[in-house]
Amino acid sequence: MTSDSVNWAAVRADFPILHQEVRGNPLIYFDSAASSQKPRQVIDALSRYYEHDNANVHRGLHELSSRATDAFEAARNKVAKFLNAASADEIIFTRGTTEGINLVAQAYGTRYVKEGDVVLLTEMEHHSNLVPWQLLAERTGATLRFVPVLEDGTLDLSKLPELLTPEVKIFSFTHISNSLGTVNPVADLCRAARAVGAISVVDAAQSAGHLPVDVQALGCDFLALSGHKMCAPTGIGALYGRAEVLEKTPPYHGGGEMIVSVSLQKATYKEAPHRFEAGTPNIAGAVGLGAAVDYLENIGRQNIAAHDGELVRYAQQRMEADVPGIRIIGPRERSGLVGFVMESAHPHDLTTYADRYGLALRGGHHCNQPLMKKFKLPGTSRASFYFYNTKEEIDRMITILQEAARFFS
Amino acid sequence: MLPNSDLEELYQQVLLDHSRRPRNFGELTEADATEAGEKVVKVQGDNPSCGDEIVVSVKLADTGLKLADIKFTGQGCAISQASASLMTIKTKGRSRAEVEELIAAFHDLITKQTENPPDILGDLQLLQGVWRFPQRVKCATLAWRALEQALREGSAGVVTTEVEG
Repeated sequence: MTSDSVNWAAVRADFPILHQEVRGNPLIYFDSAASSQKPRQVIDALSRYYEHDNANVHRGLHELSSRATDAFEAARNKVAKFLNAASADEIIFTRGTTEGINLVAQAYGTRYVKEGDVVLLTEMEHHSNLVPWQLLAERTGATLRFVPVLEDGTLDLSKLPELLTPEVKIFSFTHISNSLGTVNPVADLCRAARAVGAISVVDAAQSAGHLPVDVQALGCDFLALSGHKMCAPTGIGALYGRAEVLEKTPPYHGGGEMIVSVSLQKATYKEAPHRFEAGTPNIAGAVGLGAAVDYLENIGRQNIAAHDGELVRYAQQRMEADVPGIRIIGPRERSGLVGFVMESAHPHDLTTYADRYGLALRGGHHCNQPLMKKFKLPGTSRASFYFYNTKEEIDRMITILQEAARFFS
Repeated sequence: MLPNSDLEELYQQVLLDHSRRPRNFGELTEADATEAGEKVVKVQGDNPSCGDEIVVSVKLADTGLKLADIKFTGQGCAISQASASLMTIKTKGRSRAEVEELIAAFHDLITKQTENPPDILGDLQLLQGVWRFPQRVKCATLAWRALEQALREGSAGVVTTEVEG
């Protein structure tokens, strides 16, 4: 698979923020796994919305309100197509992946998980796919189980039969590990969950903008994503819920927008997705997410995945060959990020050093404290790539890492 | 690649040496308090979001008026470890009043530009470069917060510098 059909230099030119210097050095932004940059097309969509169409949705009888509503619902349609959901009614707008998972844990979990039940997770989960379940377990008396992570950074699937028992009501796991880069076999895990009557929840924060994600092919019940990691603004995300599961899920937040009628003692609720969207939503954010989806679809996620793959293979190969004292953490086959430790420098010292040369890395535990503990690491440094990055930037990173290795030794 | 003067100032060789071979590395125990009026206090400094961990143990003498001995253990970045190592050297054997003066002077040194640092700081001036890196102040102050807590005689526990930034 190659990505030669795309003019990547032209794509990079769409990102105004990338064309700047940091302390006299060209900015190298290798922290897209934390938050991606935004193309001109998304920024313009936000401005256009605020300059021409801004109003509240679903209630005004005036022109601007109907335009805002159309734009908001059009964005929902785009996200539904992007994920190949059977219907736009299966897409709930959220603030991001964290809120999506909390919604499932609170609304679905509180109703259907009882004392003695089990929520199955994995050892590689981001805190956002761990703490909401800890809170649910505290509320309900359920227990948590974890699929172990092997030394090579992949899941120990041989343990699945003994962990995924009929007591498991929810199996929630990440598509791509944000610190290891591991790509999990989502379709297999969803099938295994269904076989014991558990619902599956997929954390797609790292995957949705990086590779084709088809919820029907994956067979998941819920899937949560963050807009800001896929070229959209911060504060907007989406939760996919399979219609059959959403129908029986009670409301999350109460308020305006999610009701049919309200008396002083009681309210009746709308159908999904509006039942889960109380209050004025992040309309502009949704419009921005729609624009980001258009932008990514125009490039093609197959092409993006291929380009990410080329970058990460090149980075891995050059780091191993040309930088002394580096150890890469995680599997050989990985998504577009490399977590590593340098023998002579603590991740924070290395990140501070790199920053002085315009290279934005992430250093620390990456919201994976239990995983870092397991690997006996104080943290790692992480270089994460997106389609606007180049091999030349990786070459420059290698030079900086080589200098850092000398500097700290 | 040109050398970066801020980095050169922050990570001086002596500082890197302290982080690799920390001085006074270890723990004091109750058994070290042999004389009347002596007391061993241990305080843990923990910056969970960084992963920096330090345990400072001090032997207070003269019913708390003197810092008779001090050791630390821990792991973390070069700045947190070197700061702890240098701290033990500069505070060991000093009176409580002197240590308190050092704590205040050190805090000023790493949080603002200081033209003429007070002489009392001595080798601690190695850490002066930290003031240009506001995100790293919490690394340099972790051991010091633990020491401060230990001086409150016996109120052992866990401190952090992450909320202070």
